[in-house]
Amino acid sequence: MASTEADVFDRLGRGLSALGAWIDDRFPMTKLIKEHATEYYASKNFNFWYGFGVIATFVLVLQLVTGIFLTMNYKPASADAFASVEYIMRDVEWGWLIRYLHSTGASAFFIVVYLHMFRGLLYGSYKKPRELVWIIGMFIYLSLMAEAFFGYLLPWGNMSYWGAQVIVSLFGAVPVIGNDLAEWIRGDFYISDITLNRFFAFHVIAVPLLLVALVVVHIMALHEVGSNNPDGIEIKEHKGPDGHPIDGVAFHPYHTSKDLVIVIVFLILFSAAVFFAPDMGGYFLEHANFEPADQLRTPEHIAPVWYFTPFYAILRAVPNKLVGVALMGSAVLLLFFLPWLDRCRVKSIRYRSWIYKLALMGFAITFVALGYLGLQPATGAVPRLSLVFTILYFAFFALMPFYTRNEKTKPVPTRVTW
Amino acid sequence: MAESTGFTRRHFLTVATVVTGAAGAIATAVPFVASFKPSARAQALGAPVTVDISKLEPGAMTRVERRGRAIFVVNRTEEMLGTLAKDADRLKDPDSEDSTQPEDAKNEHRSVRPQFLVLEGVCTHLGCAPMARFEVAPADLGADWPGGFYCPCHGSKFDLAGRVFMGVPAPLNLPVPPYRYINDNTILIGSETGNS
Repeated sequence: MASTEADVFDRLGRGLSALGAWIDDRFPMTKLIKEHATEYYASKNFNFWYGFGVIATFVLVLQLVTGIFLTMNYKPASADAFASVEYIMRDVEWGWLIRYLHSTGASAFFIVVYLHMFRGLLYGSYKKPRELVWIIGMFIYLSLMAEAFFGYLLPWGNMSYWGAQVIVSLFGAVPVIGNDLAEWIRGDFYISDITLNRFFAFHVIAVPLLLVALVVVHIMALHEVGSNNPDGIEIKEHKGPDGHPIDGVAFHPYHTSKDLVIVIVFLILFSAAVFFAPDMGGYFLEHANFEPADQLRTPEHIAPVWYFTPFYAILRAVPNKLVGVALMGSAVLLLFFLPWLDRCRVKSIRYRSWIYKLALMGFAITFVALGYLGLQPATGAVPRLSLVFTILYFAFFALMPFYTRNEKTKPVPTRVTW
Repeated sequence: MAESTGFTRRHFLTVATVVTGAAGAIATAVPFVASFKPSARAQALGAPVTVDISKLEPGAMTRVERRGRAIFVVNRTEEMLGTLAKDADRLKDPDSEDSTQPEDAKNEHRSVRPQFLVLEGVCTHLGCAPMARFEVAPADLGADWPGGFYCPCHGSKFDLAGRVFMGVPAPLNLPVPPYRYINDNTILIGSETGNS
């Protein structure tokens, strides 16, 4: 009789595998799990820079879940929106937590995505054969900016209102059709109830659908070509007798168990922000947004949320409306062309020349400096400094084909180092 | 017979079907795209507003709302009007040739009556509401500031007739809406018919 318990589990196991076989005959479940997890081989020398993709996916899920719960109490009408956010904060059980998770999540999303993109710059992850992974990623970044912009209007605070007014007016700079275009986006002659209602539709349905679809495509493209690594070499070029890359380990369970630790570390920092500094001294939630929208009064100091300020600084660096808007647009668009602007064959910063290291470092400093300048009022030295850093920003891209053409690179190893 | 191009009846039908389908798709998109335009209700909410200027002290400004935008009405003093002639060489469009204003306000003081300035408080850069900064030469705006309007968003500067200074992002002077005096103390703003 001692075998009874084992028998039960044995029968259960047989039942489960029969169920699995039944599903596999009708849907490629096991095939998908193998392709994307248990038999997806990624390099074993990943460092912490390789954790931000996983964190970004985690934050996306967090934003989707908290967002769904916020819509259950939020009212997308100009007369009710501000009060409904206050209602969520004060009267809905745990409403404050759900809203702070969502608002802090927005800033966290951008921090993580900027670091994720910088990882790409460090290790040449945009280079052949991963150009499409990079371009799809750029579309994710654009969608994320749209998502953040639409979402920012929803609390209907005074900064929400004037931020939306400024960004929509950007389209007014387009020659000939500009004003009609801005009016078409607003659906009114000013930012109104109509605008709020449609931004809500974009924020909760249209853009999230697009975002999720793009993330799926991003991961599919990545898994087709395989992940890059800090050495910037193709692990597929050295396969063992089993046909798997010698320098790779299966994504599950090896990378997933490591990613679990990364997510926990992220959650510790994230929770600290949510519980102790949800407005982050006015950087995550701007002070002017604690008063309701006033159509007649722009806040005395207006700046977008921090993640837009590098581009905002570029916008106002030039005292010309059309040029400023065009520069700001191209500052984002230039990133799409990175795979072809960079002429160096070596991917990883580890084996590239000092001139590229200098350029990348300069670019990182420029981006942060522009972000800082975009937060400051446009008086004193700020416009002039913004112009200097705007020139540096564009120089990084414009001169890239020249300083990367004949780089003195170090010898690249054939196998990964760790 | 000439050599066949390989273009067959089947090819023709394929192209014709695709073209017809595309035309249908575009036609179907029209209602969706057009639904984004200001609705009939939004268009109807543009009625003119009246402003009582009898209580407006010299040197003071009042704001009223029309179509969700701020309208500034300023009672300009003689000193304020005096600054207008001095700064012409620092302005982008001193004679308001490219800017928006009704014919009866297209003059050196950009108003029907010199004393009362009526402006749309919408920066011609990106649509913020400029702030009234009527004090002369404050610390943050510099010693040559004659008094006027300052846009907090991107630092555009306008003089006391809403004319834009050079070296700022705004391209044009602040627009003057169409308005007329109903009587000595009341302005009707937004009426398309002028004083005549």
